[in-house]
Amino acid sequence: MTTITQGHAAQDHAHDSHGPGHGLSRWLFTTNHKDIGTLYLVFALVMLFIGGAMALIIRAELFQPGLQFVNPEFFNQMTSMHALIMVFGMIMPAFVGFANWMIPMMIGAPDMALPRLNNWSFWILPFAGTILLSTLFMEGGGPAAGWTMYPPLVLQSGNSLAFAIFAIHLLGMSSILGAINIIVTVMNMRAPGMTLLKMPMFVWTWLITAYLLILVMPVLAGGVTMLLTDRFFGTSFFQAAGGGDPVLFQHIFWFFGHPEVYIIILPSFGIISQIIPAFSRKPLFGYSSMVYATAGIAFLSCIVWAHHMFTVGMPLAGEMFFMMSTMLIAIPTAVKVFNWTATMWRGSLSFETPMLFAVAFLFLFAIGGFSGVMMAIAPVDFQYHDTYFIVAHFHYVLVPGALFAAIGGAYFWLPKWTGHMYDEKLGKIHFWLSAVSVNILFFPQHFLGLAGMPRRIPDYATQFADWNAVSSIGAFVFGFSQLMFVYIVVKCVRGGAKATAQVWDNPEGLEWTVPSPAPYHTFDEPPLVR
Amino acid sequence: MAHTQDKYYVPHGTRWPVFASMGLAVTFVGVALLLNGSSTLPVILTGTAIVLVVVFRWFADVVNESEAGAYGAQVDRSFRMGMIWFILSEVMFFACFFAALLYARQLALPWLGGIGSDPLTNSLLWPEFVPSWPSNGPGHIGGEYESMPAWGIPALNTAILLTSGVTLTIAHHALKDSRRGLLAVFLALTVLLGFAFLGFQVYEYSHAYSELNLKLSSGIYGSTFFMLTGFHGLHVTIGAIMLSVMLLRVLRGHFTPTRHFAFEATAWYWHFVDVVWLGLFIFVYWL
Repeated sequence: MTTITQGHAAQDHAHDSHGPGHGLSRWLFTTNHKDIGTLYLVFALVMLFIGGAMALIIRAELFQPGLQFVNPEFFNQMTSMHALIMVFGMIMPAFVGFANWMIPMMIGAPDMALPRLNNWSFWILPFAGTILLSTLFMEGGGPAAGWTMYPPLVLQSGNSLAFAIFAIHLLGMSSILGAINIIVTVMNMRAPGMTLLKMPMFVWTWLITAYLLILVMPVLAGGVTMLLTDRFFGTSFFQAAGGGDPVLFQHIFWFFGHPEVYIIILPSFGIISQIIPAFSRKPLFGYSSMVYATAGIAFLSCIVWAHHMFTVGMPLAGEMFFMMSTMLIAIPTAVKVFNWTATMWRGSLSFETPMLFAVAFLFLFAIGGFSGVMMAIAPVDFQYHDTYFIVAHFHYVLVPGALFAAIGGAYFWLPKWTGHMYDEKLGKIHFWLSAVSVNILFFPQHFLGLAGMPRRIPDYATQFADWNAVSSIGAFVFGFSQLMFVYIVVKCVRGGAKATAQVWDNPEGLEWTVPSPAPYHTFDEPPLVR
Repeated sequence: MAHTQDKYYVPHGTRWPVFASMGLAVTFVGVALLLNGSSTLPVILTGTAIVLVVVFRWFADVVNESEAGAYGAQVDRSFRMGMIWFILSEVMFFACFFAALLYARQLALPWLGGIGSDPLTNSLLWPEFVPSWPSNGPGHIGGEYESMPAWGIPALNTAILLTSGVTLTIAHHALKDSRRGLLAVFLALTVLLGFAFLGFQVYEYSHAYSELNLKLSSGIYGSTFFMLTGFHGLHVTIGAIMLSVMLLRVLRGHFTPTRHFAFEATAWYWHFVDVVWLGLFIFVYWL
């Protein structure tokens, strides 16, 4: 009997405090998916500028041959930290932020399935980020052996190694817990009638991404743990004299690292798949083929990792297998690009800022995809390996790919989040500055790479000077253009034209049925879908 | 009671996660400083204490809410799914170390012995090296050692863990049949078997270090042996603590024949630890 009374008490308590908390404790202790989504997005935005500042240091140094601003040791720290910050601190948290905000609203759930865990997934990040950044101020500086942390080089790091490894452990924990939460939310919290094959593409891509995270983040944790014990406890995992193999680390790292690039790009695909139909005023073309293509990409991403290692001296059979399987990925990816294009075909198109970013994504991500196919060819990769060609390739898929998708998604959903329209004119200026400068920044790097300029060097031969100068100019324009984004977001949060519930012209999805800004708790009663 | 299960329970605000993160960060920073040569044991202990207090209080909140009937069937399902996917992430963590073991045995050591398409490492660096298992590599890192035989303590520990799986299942069935006495006895037996396993493991480690000269630094054999069995032992410890908590909750009258997620989750975890051990017994000790 007492338990029943207590049950009502607990339940009543749950319904009494409906609004957000006050002051700092609201953000520290929140279990609300929208608050946590906002925290993720703000954290990602801060990290974007920290990682971006590092990129600008790199590009300033590379503006002309010779050593200008930084010494080579610090340059190496910048390349390593820029990557670690951008991958683990910026782009992944940004997409988890989108997932937090949008998935419960898209599937008609009251919140994420495990709200306390959700808070924890986020609040690990600032601690991990601080530990990682603090290494820059240590004896010997931050990690400088590249974000891939290959032994034996990385084992020669200064005091930073243990800190960097523990930071990666924490970041990995955050990702795994976040992924578990997303899977459980999608599998258990859908409104009645929201069958799996009615879910918005963004939910689908995140569901598959979450599975990838659970599969590969623990493997990275294991790999960096082996680095730790090799350095501090005398194990021989990566030491040939003890019967280990440094190449083993590369296999472990890329077993994580290759799915990781799809962990970054699949949610981008999801966002693009929401934006393009909305501004084409047509449903997404080939919905089920999109779902299968996403699953296909995810599966293939787990069996292609050694294409990052064509030059380490694998047996021929290995080179062949990883070459063929890698090229297969082009097929499901092409299905997606085809479907987006077909969605726009004969659509009633309009080009608001989110759509501009989405269309730019389509073109520029495709460039990154094509250079990926080039490098998948093992004998050709022997030429491109560790040159600026690979730098151009992965920045094309990460910047005008993933980052453009994130920015486009932010413009797309900002009115829903804030209740205000962003400044369309400034948004368009931001887009054109970004789209033009990102190409000035990264396209010349293809030429540099094909001409033989190696990556991760602070100084270079004079024949590479011209394109490096062009690239650096693009970098600074691109970097400072992003300040506009901050201005537009802040302006939109503070005020602006009132957004309707629909925001756009009759877009599909449950999130457009609730008022803008979305109330603190959406779908206390699950909506009935169709 | 049925009424309380209509709506999904969303807790409003929680203090524990931030403090958990803080505790973890303090612990990790302490360990990192220790590894770099500072004496930061107090920092580590402080961090660990924070984590332990938070874990205790956080779980206490959840247990109280659960006993108060705040969780409906849907929340129960969320917990179940969450636990399953958490265990999968643990499986992948162990898979990483098993992969390292198989890679070293099947690829790295034969290549160091000159087998395969690239015999140069062997002929230039270690022409006399003949690969075999167990091995501490061509450099004989860590010096002479003896490997751990499978058919002593490891076989006994296998029997102990397998038996504990059986006793736990009996306890589970007793819970479902409302036979609380039988439940308590067999759950207590499972806890005892778990700690017995750990006791033997500790003995095995001291035997390895003091008599076999088998150490973490004994080349790739020592590395894989201690990292795999060590992480497994850590998980057995966690599982045994979880079982002990379940035992205390059973003695306090928690759980009903139909609603006992925490018990089942612990059982899943215990079986996972059990299966990992079978892999260890076969690939680390036996083959």
